Amino acid sequence: MLGSLFYIIVFPGMLFLVTFALLAEFIDRKIYARLQNRVGPPWFQPLADFIKLLGKEDIVPVDSSPKMFKIAPIFALASAITAFLYIPLWKTGALLSFKGDIIVVLYLLTLPTLAFFIGGWYSTSLYSRIGSVRSLTQLFAYEVPLFMGILAAALLADTWSLKGLAEFYLAHPGFWAFNLLGFGVALVSLLGKLEKVPFDIPEAETEVVAGGFTEYSGRMLGFLRMTLDVEMIAGSALLAAVFLPFGLNVNPVLGFMIFIIKILLIVSLIALLRTVVARLRIDQMINFCWKFLVPLALLQLLLNLILKGVLLK
Amino acid sequence: MHNSPEFKIPIGPQHPALKEPEGFSVALKGEKILGVDIRLGYNHRGIEKAAEERTYIQDIYLIERVCGICSHSHSTCFIQAVEEIAGLAVPSRALYIRTIIAELERIHSHLLWLGVAGHEIGFDTLLMYSWRDREVVMDILASITGNRVNYGMNTIGGVRRDISPEQAQEILKGLEILEERTKYYIEIATEETTIIKRLSGVGVLSREDVLKLDAVGPTARASGVKRDVRADDPYAAYGELSFDVITDEACDVYGRTVVRVKELMESYKIIRQALKNLPDGPLTVRAPRKIPAGEAISRYEAPRGEDVHYVKANGTEKPERVKIRAPTLANVQAVKHMLRDRFLADMPIVIAAIDPCFSCTDRMVRLQERDCGADKIINWPSLHAYSIEWHRERGIDFTQLNKKLQDRLAK
Repeated sequence: MLGSLFYIIVFPGMLFLVTFALLAEFIDRKIYARLQNRVGPPWFQPLADFIKLLGKEDIVPVDSSPKMFKIAPIFALASAITAFLYIPLWKTGALLSFKGDIIVVLYLLTLPTLAFFIGGWYSTSLYSRIGSVRSLTQLFAYEVPLFMGILAAALLADTWSLKGLAEFYLAHPGFWAFNLLGFGVALVSLLGKLEKVPFDIPEAETEVVAGGFTEYSGRMLGFLRMTLDVEMIAGSALLAAVFLPFGLNVNPVLGFMIFIIKILLIVSLIALLRTVVARLRIDQMINFCWKFLVPLALLQLLLNLILKGVLLK
Repeated sequence: MHNSPEFKIPIGPQHPALKEPEGFSVALKGEKILGVDIRLGYNHRGIEKAAEERTYIQDIYLIERVCGICSHSHSTCFIQAVEEIAGLAVPSRALYIRTIIAELERIHSHLLWLGVAGHEIGFDTLLMYSWRDREVVMDILASITGNRVNYGMNTIGGVRRDISPEQAQEILKGLEILEERTKYYIEIATEETTIIKRLSGVGVLSREDVLKLDAVGPTARASGVKRDVRADDPYAAYGELSFDVITDEACDVYGRTVVRVKELMESYKIIRQALKNLPDGPLTVRAPRKIPAGEAISRYEAPRGEDVHYVKANGTEKPERVKIRAPTLANVQAVKHMLRDRFLADMPIVIAAIDPCFSCTDRMVRLQERDCGADKIINWPSLHAYSIEWHRERGIDFTQLNKKLQDRLAK
């Protein structure tokens, strides 16, 4: 009992995850700033921002539905944190694991977007409504290639669990290299999930102020921002577990280091990607996802089907 | 999305996309713009009226503050009109120095615009880069004039500061850096996929529309209309310098970007020529304190387009009337046209593409009635009465106080 509580609250649960998420946000912002020729924030800036937001007043719009408005950020944060518990970190098994947990992780990572939609919709501001409709529209575009990319890797391993996936790639070293195309697709889709440039359409500040987050302030805004950070870690960890499954059977300390490096590599890639592009329009984003990412993901599926027939007979 | 109801969202007067307060009321259906209502007037400062209350010398500094970015444009335009009325022959060295400052100002304005445009389409890296490079030209301007924005270079009959040979070397050194950077921006603007995707085909304004709506500056030139006061009606030293009027046939925001970036290259060319041919001689001629009666219109190609000043003198030391037509006023009509049937996401960049400067443009205060949506103009007495009524409703009675005041005024 005490052990489970420790796992959930301290490591690898909330406390570790939140610390790591803030560190990742710092690294993301620092790299983004350095690539843009700026100095960038000091290491404690994300934490300072979070503490500041916790101390601010919570304002609930008069016309909004207070219950939905307040519950959405907590719901989003909770589902993002829960998703992380199912992802293996430095060994093959995760804290919680069962057959089919890939589906559960993907489901839990979809929930924050829905929560953003609900929060934005119920805050009744026009900017929020446009922003939340945009985030839902966007969901239907990036989710499919993301799922297909991840499931292609699972297909090769013939399993629906992250544990089974890790064990398969441990038994077949080098096989992960076949999934690099899927990794690219999933990484770009992840940008959509995290609402980062070029897919930050739902919160495009020059168009809809802050989209669904416009009316949020204080603690609830802090939770929403924390959700995005945690989602970044959980998403990167999922990508690392599915597409970069190596260094899993070493001793825990080294394995943990490798895990951190993998996550930071993905975070840096995200920062790099968002430095070099402009924001797309929602119609262009949907076209891009369906016309480029989905065919590429399909190609990965096809490739993996053939590989499965040829190599694993 | 297609069946969603129509609704109006306010962009401004306070909005992250706008750097100055200005009201755009956008009727939307889903993401599609059905119509836009533009409301000017949030930044009206009564400069034209204030100019009538001040002497010509004071007016130079007042009119320089019409706009933060094209400050030299406005003061030069005003001074040209005054000089024409007074019949002053400005020394050619002064004209050359005015031209150099004008072109440096154009460089800093266009680089600023490039950054803003980048920000509007969510490309903050471009914003950071171009504003970093803009510092080079800002430093040059500060070292020549002593100020980064309001240069205070002009005076009636000439300029107030000289450009020394050392300063000329400094300018040339800065231009080399800028030229290299500008080539890089031309490359980015013509090759980066997401930029082209966001800019081309957006905010289309055909050649006919430009002529009909009287757009000016880069907005007109990007639609293939060769309209540039520097070439059409040369002022300052432009008549003696050779440069090309950049035009583009794209007719959209992308064309406007290309025109501006290429104009930067022309500006470097003009400054190099002007520095090379900088004639010797005095900086000013003596100007009378009282300007003889008369009137004049002066045209000037500001970075944003043609700036027009009208000055009427009545023989005293104060002008009788000063009228300013800033380039944004000519272009803002076109925005409505450009936004028709576009997406909400295009709105910031389309507005930004005319490089609006609302504080230059703003005219008078108009109050809009929320309920019926009709515009109503309130004059000073009725506004006064309204405020008394407003306070009385909240328990403060100004009537007695007002009576006392009027009695005192009557005495």
